Amino acid sequence: MDMKEKINNLIKDNKVCLFMKGTPDSPQCGFSLAVSNILKHLKLDFKAVNVLDDENLRQGIKEFSDWPTIPQLYIKGEFIGGCDIVKEMYEKGELQNLVKKQNLIQ
Amino acid sequence: MPIPIDEIKKMITDSIPDAKVEIKDLMGDNNHYSAKIKSKLFNNLSKIEQHKLVYKSLKGKMGNELHALTITTEDDNGYERKN
Repeated sequence: MDMKEKINNLIKDNKVCLFMKGTPDSPQCGFSLAVSNILKHLKLDFKAVNVLDDENLRQGIKEFSDWPTIPQLYIKGEFIGGCDIVKEMYEKGELQNLVKKQNLIQ
Repeated sequence: MPIPIDEIKKMITDSIPDAKVEIKDLMGDNNHYSAKIKSKLFNNLSKIEQHKLVYKSLKGKMGNELHALTITTEDDNGYERKN
């Protein structure tokens, strides 16, 4: 299975999928920590993919999304953005609206 | 290698000529920056497309030499937006 297909499956099989450095319990970068904390705060059930476990994935996700940085958040297969956009959406309440509309929180 | 503020600003305005750019060195270490960019080129683009334009102007440096650059984009349709 090539990397593109692997990423496609990850974002298809997980309604909320976060590509990050480290894990939610042990993030290895402040930006990954910030997004992971926002998702935790919203009590979202999310799949965290640690790109530090796989150099091919780390490069692959950048090409897949045409986005040079990590973290990267996908919701229902759609690229939402990196740390700056997710934070901005959260501060404006847009992320909350989105996850409510997608029935991802009670 | 750290990149000085003026160089980042020049790269952005070279490809987004009307951009109003405000860059702050968050830690005073030439490494952690925040950039606020306002441009007419952002009008009618999604946030993702706006950020991609900025990334493109940085010519592959983002995610490499530039690790910690926080970006805030704003379109410029003649109205001041109150956040």
